[in-house]
Amino acid sequence: MIKAVMVMNTQGKPRLAKFYEYLPVEKQQELIRRVFAVLCGRAENVSNFIEAESIFGPDSRLVYKHFATLYFVFVFDSSENELAVLDLIQVFVETLDKCFKNVCELDIVFNYSKIHTILDEIIFGGQVLETSSAEVMKAVEEISKLEAASNAITLIPKSASGWRSR
Amino acid sequence: MNPFSSGTRLRDMIRAIRACKTAAEERAVVRKECAAIRAAINENDQDYRHRNLAKLMFIHMLGYPTHFGQMECLKLIASAGFPEKRIGYLGLMLLLDERQEVLMLVTNSLKQDLNHSNQYIVGLALCALGNICSAEMARDLAPEVERLLQFRDPNVRKKAALCSIRIIKKVPDLAENFINPASSLLKEKHHGVLITGVQLCMDLCKVSSEALEYVRKKCIEGLVKTLRDIANSPYSPEYDIAGITDPFLHIRLLKLLRILGQGDADASDCMNDILAQVATKTESKKNAGNAILYECVETIMSIEDNGGLRVLAINILGRFLSNRDNNIRYVALNMLMKAIVVDAQAVQRHRATILECVKDSDASIRKRALELVYLLVNESNVKPLTKELIEYLEVSDQEFKGDLTAKICSLVEKFSPEKIWYIDQMLKVLSEAGNFVKDEVWHALIVVISNASDLHGYTVRALYRAFQTSTEQESLVRVAVWCIGEYGDMLVNNVGMLDIEEPITVTESDTVDAVEVAIKRHTLDLTTKAMALIALLKLSSRFPSCSERIKDIIVQNKRSLMLELQQRSIEFNCILQKHQNIRSALLERMPVLDEATFSGRRAGSLHTAISTSTGAPHNLQNGIAKPAAAPIADLLDLSSDDAAAPSSSGGDFLMDLLGVDLSPASAPSGTSQPPKAGTDVLLDLLSIGTSPPAQSSSSASDILSSSQDNKAPLANLNGLASLSSLPANATSPASPVPMMDLLDGLGPIPQKHEENGPAYPSLVAYESSSLRMTFNFSKQPGNPQMTLIQATFTNLSPNVYNDFLFQAAVPKFLQLHLDPASSNTLPASGNGSITQNLKVTNSQQGKKSLVMRIRIAYKMNNKDVLEEGQINNFPRDL
Repeated sequence: MIKAVMVMNTQGKPRLAKFYEYLPVEKQQELIRRVFAVLCGRAENVSNFIEAESIFGPDSRLVYKHFATLYFVFVFDSSENELAVLDLIQVFVETLDKCFKNVCELDIVFNYSKIHTILDEIIFGGQVLETSSAEVMKAVEEISKLEAASNAITLIPKSASGWRSR
Repeated sequence: MNPFSSGTRLRDMIRAIRACKTAAEERAVVRKECAAIRAAINENDQDYRHRNLAKLMFIHMLGYPTHFGQMECLKLIASAGFPEKRIGYLGLMLLLDERQEVLMLVTNSLKQDLNHSNQYIVGLALCALGNICSAEMARDLAPEVERLLQFRDPNVRKKAALCSIRIIKKVPDLAENFINPASSLLKEKHHGVLITGVQLCMDLCKVSSEALEYVRKKCIEGLVKTLRDIANSPYSPEYDIAGITDPFLHIRLLKLLRILGQGDADASDCMNDILAQVATKTESKKNAGNAILYECVETIMSIEDNGGLRVLAINILGRFLSNRDNNIRYVALNMLMKAIVVDAQAVQRHRATILECVKDSDASIRKRALELVYLLVNESNVKPLTKELIEYLEVSDQEFKGDLTAKICSLVEKFSPEKIWYIDQMLKVLSEAGNFVKDEVWHALIVVISNASDLHGYTVRALYRAFQTSTEQESLVRVAVWCIGEYGDMLVNNVGMLDIEEPITVTESDTVDAVEVAIKRHTLDLTTKAMALIALLKLSSRFPSCSERIKDIIVQNKRSLMLELQQRSIEFNCILQKHQNIRSALLERMPVLDEATFSGRRAGSLHTAISTSTGAPHNLQNGIAKPAAAPIADLLDLSSDDAAAPSSSGGDFLMDLLGVDLSPASAPSGTSQPPKAGTDVLLDLLSIGTSPPAQSSSSASDILSSSQDNKAPLANLNGLASLSSLPANATSPASPVPMMDLLDGLGPIPQKHEENGPAYPSLVAYESSSLRMTFNFSKQPGNPQMTLIQATFTNLSPNVYNDFLFQAAVPKFLQLHLDPASSNTLPASGNGSITQNLKVTNSQQGKKSLVMRIRIAYKMNNKDVLEEGQINNFPRDL
């Protein structure tokens, strides 16, 4: 089972944090800080795995990938295959790339809830839901359409009335 | 407009936060936003509710408290629009904690949405349920989820499958309802659904043995076929990663097969062929292919034995080890670590490659590889492996040397076939990385050297050579000066020359030079210099021709800024100047150190540390401390803080006996030592010579009685030197060695060890079918109320007793003090015994006799045994 997905930039600022086991927000922040402390000390040409048991407790593994200014970090237990998780990060990033046309850190910052929607189509309650980025894209686009349609129907009268009253 | 951004204000807030230059500014912006959101919540503002919640989620990610938004999630979920519901469910997953009462409120909304006509709303509800479902929700909503497993749209089916996993994890009883729908998911053609279906079956098998049996019987052939199909399937672009068709599905299927094959020979047989096919046919150029191979290896190692497949699997790992990708090497090492339990022989074949990984540039790979090599070493390969590791030690990174040194030392100690090899290897390690060697390791080395009497000459010459080339390695210098001090004469005279040695000519003055270097080199620490000083003192008796020079060096150090060195120099100078008569006896070679007790002490050191911290004597664990077991550090009087250490009771004994404390004025002239500093044995010995020799027997007995232990003086010598950091009051079951031996050279010392009062017969205090305890009594003269009891425990059963603990209780008129026991392991059938000393003070001596209640606890065959009894038959007049 995947325990957590984190995206943070090279300054250690969290850009996405999703924990599949409940943790209080202070604990989440502490974990992000500790993971960053390890990541920022890693050389470029080393493996993508980190001993995570000291940070996340027994039976935890950590795989990360570094893209431009961002670290993508997946934490999971021994029931997942490390190398496969590495590919899963790739799928996640490729999907983001397709959604945002050359994704960059700012896309992730400003489209926080969309990123979550995309992630929810790939990982569901700590389990891998879908591994084809095309399928994920399809689902996300459907949701976007639905969202746009609802906005068109419900928000225009609401905001129009809002404008009139103010 | 981007449909995901809920108006401009979320962007504005993010911009404002991003514009902050300091953490304080950021806090201020967030505080302002939170205040505005709270106000909106209070006004029950509906238009901006989902935008506010989106902001709160962002704030939550930054680590600020957002609990006040929780109810807003519920309201959004209950609203009709899709965007509101989407944000509401996102918020539910991110912001809500596990407080059940809030979650209970959401159950009803979830139920409605699971039955919603819009499949995307169903998807949202499933996703939320899969993330936060509690046991109660699982019970309430399981029927809905079960129904959705057959939903027409595959996206909903796969979500329902994963949601079912959460449900059966929360409530395993519900598993049986899911067995049938789950196994029908295995026939799916849609890859996404198939992955989730396989995953669901896997979790079902984990929680329910019924499900495991069912899947084993009914589905295994289908699974094997599916795996064969995707392994052979032509290119399918959607699920393709780096040219491999759906590696994730491969991996999931292999995992499920693993669970089915474990402990079931028939099931394992079923899958042998396909596993062999996957293991041989899978393309291993890319990460995805290696991920499949890796999983396949793990499955092969876990299912029922098939020798051929296992060799294939371990060979795949061997190939991984030479892969250029760090990740592949890393996982291969991890897997080999597991494989070594299953088939050590097969792993041994890849020893050379593993050894190469110890030299990897990636630190985490090095660490793994070193651990693996450590596991691979046995008696037969210890020599070549150690050689390789030591060679690598020379070129390895500084950060890695600590780990590497510790592992090499531990291997050498554990598997060394002969002493000379052990000494050779340790010398190499000491010369290369002496600064990384732990104290106990070089202590152990000295014990071994001391025991190898035929190698003394060889060792001291080898150490002398090594010392000439590397003087910066602290522990090498320590061992070298110790050996030179002890066996310096063998160095000069080439005693015990072995055939393999090259002859070496060292003069007496060369030897002194070497030690002088150790004292003068400022990078070496105090302990080393103190050891060097002792070595010099010893050399002064071995090399009469150099004694003047040695004296000069010692005199120079009388001005040392380091108190310890100063003190030693003054003391040693006294020995050299005033006590020629005792010098040679005093500077004799050390007796052979006892290996067994040293290792016992080493193992028990943790034990005693614990027991001293618990304090109360009743709770004392049986400490393992015999006098001879005092670590050599004690014997060497190495510790550098003895001036500050309070004198222990054991330490007082000799000093008291000699009356030093009573006559400080008669302390050796010229030394300005305060009487308290007399913990140093040498000082005590010195004061013997000058203190008034005649001591009335009465005062002697007074002194004797004031000391608490009646120990063999030699034991006290250890105690004296050992300084309070170590359990100095180790009890000595040995019979008193007359201290006269030590002081033979001192004619004038008059008093003899007085007989310890009247003798009492020993007593079998307790005897059961499994255990006998005898008491030997003795009194200290001058203190009739106190009785010293030496308890000896003998095991009458054929089983070894572990964690042996003796406890005793006495009535109020008695006072009891228990010393640590000699051991906590009692060998079987009377092959040895445990001794423990007790001190009982009877305040009503003569009126009442001793009485004692005892309790003995131990472990026999790992079972706790407790024996209790009362002792009433003590001799009357104790």
